[in-house]
Amino acid sequence: MDWMDTGIVLSARAHGESYAIVTLLTEHHGRHAGLIRTSKKTAALLQIGTYVRADWRGRLSEHLGFWTLEPLKITCANLLDRPQALLALSAGCSLIDLVLPDHEAHPLLYRKFLNLLEKLEKPAWQKSYVIFEICMLRELGFGLDLSRCAATGVTDNLMYISPKTGRAVSQEGGKDYAERLLPLPSFIIDLEAEVTPQDFKAGLRLTSYFLERYALEPSNRKMPSARVRLSEGIST
Amino acid sequence: MIGSEINELIQYLAKIPGLGPRSGRRAALHLIKHKDRLLKPLADAMLKVDESIRSCVQCGNLDTQDPCLVCQDPRRDNTIICVVEQVADLWALERTGCFHGRYHILGGTLSAIDGIGPEDLKIQGLIERVHRIQVQEIILALNATVEGQTTAHYIMERLKLAEVKITALAHGVPVGGELDYLDDGTLSTALASRRSFSETS
Repeated sequence: MDWMDTGIVLSARAHGESYAIVTLLTEHHGRHAGLIRTSKKTAALLQIGTYVRADWRGRLSEHLGFWTLEPLKITCANLLDRPQALLALSAGCSLIDLVLPDHEAHPLLYRKFLNLLEKLEKPAWQKSYVIFEICMLRELGFGLDLSRCAATGVTDNLMYISPKTGRAVSQEGGKDYAERLLPLPSFIIDLEAEVTPQDFKAGLRLTSYFLERYALEPSNRKMPSARVRLSEGIST
Repeated sequence: MIGSEINELIQYLAKIPGLGPRSGRRAALHLIKHKDRLLKPLADAMLKVDESIRSCVQCGNLDTQDPCLVCQDPRRDNTIICVVEQVADLWALERTGCFHGRYHILGGTLSAIDGIGPEDLKIQGLIERVHRIQVQEIILALNATVEGQTTAHYIMERLKLAEVKITALAHGVPVGGELDYLDDGTLSTALASRRSFSETS
């Protein structure tokens, strides 16, 4: 078998002295691993977040197979001096690597992640990060319903998310049990809205609640440390 | 047919980084051929190292003395600490002969993928060391990788309250490097951290 695709490096683990097992998020083949021969030249290529053109070869699709990778963009090079963006890159890569099933194409998530990598180079990337995690939840089958209030049916003034159903709740509908609901930052609904550090923290809290509850805890896994440090590191 | 003792020697040699079964056999044959000149001195040296090797309580360096020779050297500057990931990095910096301060070896880097957190590294030891002695500068000589720089930022955050200057190694064009052959990442980092040319003269 032989196929070509574009992908993003999610992880690279040394395999012996001269090889590494590299996992990519590819556009048409989803999360896919393969072996690559390492050298000094591949060191930059194997940094997480690197956007590559990938050629996978294996006898059977279930085999580990071999990668031939060509870098299209080494994302991390422009982020090394920016701690929060670097943490977001690590958090995004390790989350996908942890929760996404093998060999299952998620072109929408792929595009959102690629968009996030582009946005990370700019100062305002926080909105893209939360949107990316919401998209990840949707692709995993646990999408949030932000279309209307679960209690009153109204479509405006949505302020909360129900932790039980993942459905939006308006200010009016949630006034009696606001402390039990998760705050819904305005930028998730209104894409033009400014993102304050408080909003970003609320957004991360919202997605981490559902990721932990539906994607991680059922398989006894924990939130990646980079993702934990990302939410802890926001000074509000 | 190879005797079991020689076979055992080959198997151990094959586990050394850079060697495999074939080169293990070659090395074993070479050692046996030069028994007095190589095999016995090597066995003695390995035995001596095994008996005396220890990790320095101050910096984490491997030496036969504790504190290590670097930490014992009175000519070294106590006010500068260079933070590195591994012993190999300390040896690489020592080879340059350019650094005359003290070292601190972390023992790795933070890694979300491998599940290595701050408690797995000697970061707390570094912070205690900074508070204990009069350190003026910390040089973060960590690899220019996502993990290396994430660790550097984490250390910087932890040392924010300590009154100490924190510097990091420059990233850019290596000596003898030709721009045409450099990868895009190195080039863009070099461009981003360009400096005034007049400062160099």
